[in-house]
Amino acid sequence: MSFLTVAFAALFYAATVLLVVGLARRISLYWRTPAPLKIPTTPAPVTQGGVVLRMFREVVFFESLFKSTKWTWLFGWVFHMALFAVLFRHLRYFTEAESIMALVAFVSPLFKYLAFAMIIGLLGLWARRLLVDRVRYISAPSDHLMLLLLLLIGISGAMTTFVAHTDVVAVKGFFRALMTFSFSDMPNLPTDPFMIVHLLLVALLMIIFPISKLLHAPGIFFSPTRNQIDNPREQRHVSDWARKLEQ
Amino acid sequence: MAKVEFKIPELSEYPEVPPVVPGTMAHSKPYVAKPQFQEPLNFPGELPDDWHDKAIEAMGDLLGKYRSLQVYLDSCVKCGACTDKCHYYLGTSDPKNMPVGRQDLLRKVYRRHFTFAGKYFPKLVGAEDLTKEVLDDWYSYFHQCSQCRRCSVFCPYGIDTAEISMAAREIMDRIGVGQKYCNEIIAKVYKIGNNLGLPEPALADTLEGLEEDVEDDTGVAVKYPLDVKGADILVVTPSADFFAEPHVDGLIGYGKVFHEAGVSWTLSSKASEAANFGMFIGSYENMRRVSLRIREAALELGVKRIIFGECGHAWRVAYSFLNTLAGPFDFLDPKYPVPQHILEFTWGEIQKGTLNIDKSANDDMTLTFHDSCNVARASRMGPEPGGQFKIPRNVIKAVCNNFVDMAPDTIHEKTFCCGGGGGLLTDDLMELRVKGAKPRMEALKNVIEDHGVTNMAAICAICKSQFTKVLPYYGMDMDMIVSVHQLVSNAIVLTGQTGEDDEDESADDAA
Repeated sequence: MSFLTVAFAALFYAATVLLVVGLARRISLYWRTPAPLKIPTTPAPVTQGGVVLRMFREVVFFESLFKSTKWTWLFGWVFHMALFAVLFRHLRYFTEAESIMALVAFVSPLFKYLAFAMIIGLLGLWARRLLVDRVRYISAPSDHLMLLLLLLIGISGAMTTFVAHTDVVAVKGFFRALMTFSFSDMPNLPTDPFMIVHLLLVALLMIIFPISKLLHAPGIFFSPTRNQIDNPREQRHVSDWARKLEQ
Repeated sequence: MAKVEFKIPELSEYPEVPPVVPGTMAHSKPYVAKPQFQEPLNFPGELPDDWHDKAIEAMGDLLGKYRSLQVYLDSCVKCGACTDKCHYYLGTSDPKNMPVGRQDLLRKVYRRHFTFAGKYFPKLVGAEDLTKEVLDDWYSYFHQCSQCRRCSVFCPYGIDTAEISMAAREIMDRIGVGQKYCNEIIAKVYKIGNNLGLPEPALADTLEGLEEDVEDDTGVAVKYPLDVKGADILVVTPSADFFAEPHVDGLIGYGKVFHEAGVSWTLSSKASEAANFGMFIGSYENMRRVSLRIREAALELGVKRIIFGECGHAWRVAYSFLNTLAGPFDFLDPKYPVPQHILEFTWGEIQKGTLNIDKSANDDMTLTFHDSCNVARASRMGPEPGGQFKIPRNVIKAVCNNFVDMAPDTIHEKTFCCGGGGGLLTDDLMELRVKGAKPRMEALKNVIEDHGVTNMAAICAICKSQFTKVLPYYGMDMDMIVSVHQLVSNAIVLTGQTGEDDEDESADDAA
């Protein structure tokens, strides 16, 4: 195996561990931290089913952002949906399962081009961050760098799909070998520059995910203003630490 | 009106989002509480030498107790959706009054001490140390948030700056930096029983006076009972209802409704305060201690129901927290929610046809309604979500012929705070209060000019006080603000009521 292959193998193992362990720790923290008071932003659903719907609308349609600013919603929503579409297409590099392969092949012709929607969304968001004084004021260097990172991932990925084709069979073989720990079968990773950049930046994204604002992804599910049922009169809600005050 | 030393914002026809002007409100801060007012609340009297470490310790403690704080400090992606939604930003242009700007004052210290990136790459992620300057900024800007939750409506994750503001004030209290206004008031509740320090004899006297006034006006002996054991309903109302205008007209209205409904009710000198400033300072312990008085009074008086009067944040505490803090209320009648809002009661009576209404009594007014923030975004009335918008309007429309709503983006869940809530209703914050009222004043001015609105009704004691003070700064009459139950009181025709016409007839007969 080439040096590059070994290096990337180590990098992706490390990145995966950091991502999974980091996320697990944060999610566990959110899970364990009590929400002692009923604080859903009203009007709020009065049933569990209603809360599920509210969360669904929030995560799928970005409902609150839509109420806020239509332009931010447009660029933000398009970026996220395009990202999910592109990520879905990536499944073909990680599985042999026929059903998934067939599904990916079916959507591939459309989803391929959503890479451009993703890039345009990101460019719109970055322009806003640079040009709108209120948003510029609240932006730290990491906020700009995150957009740059995602843009470079999107652009380098699009380059490999549309311009500088790489040996995708070898790439798939590399990742499948990593996933099944079959090192003797591992092909060498192709050395095409855009592919290398793409993989490097993706590993970086995985590493910083649990220590960055990307935690908004698990975070939203734990947001008390969105995930609580509005029934404080009907059902008494007391946290463990508050109960201690009553003894 | 005292000489104004700041520039009163100009009202425009269409809402404008001002450009950022850093530091315009850095000078604004309320008086700090003296040690003797910190101690009754179990807070240190002044800043200790190790205040920095104690503050970080307090932050850590709160992060472990409040999921909202932990999740919200992590989840903000700086999208800026909230930046043009806060009335204090719209009125002052100070970027630290943008919700995210305000949160970042705390978040930057949180990142420095509690996150990997903040510990090792602080400049990259905007993490900062808690210096004396930062503490001063906290004190200034967390007392420029009325905890109205408007920002949480528009944030993609529902981040609620009120939660951050409450946590910041609790941290500051724990290192001896408390706000005079809130903390003195809470101490008064412990000592005397209500925010205004009205002792029982004064209350009894006031209520007797009201009984006389109402009997003189209507010929009917409507009672305003105090500390009556065995009454069905305990009414807990903001102490401002006992004497301030237009609050007291609301109290008069409650009495008339109860009289016609034929229910027995009582006020309580122990629970003579609906308001709970423990919430504003983010202190669970103090909020609980204040609300337990209501439970005690209900038990001592042997009532079956609890009803709250017209008060905004009090209704949030009552609706959302009372069961948690002072429950369970299994000793009350399970047929009724605990507690109820007076409007839920009055609307019920109107629907049943118990009340005799003459709408023309309010014909000299064209009304609009101000959705108070705590009612709108942190509570409910009735069984359906959104009842807190419908029920007050239903009651108003049942007693008035002329009603107009303000612009859709300024009412219901998007309502603009009056500018005086969250512990900011104090003269040392007058500039902030006037500037923060700007968006609401604009919306009001539009309906005055376009639809001939003459009065604005509200159901919050703080809103009523804030508006009576602030309306004149904008060239409007302080008498414009009315209580909803004042409108009810005007229109209700009590059984056996003798009006002016009847007196004239008797005089003619006699002649």
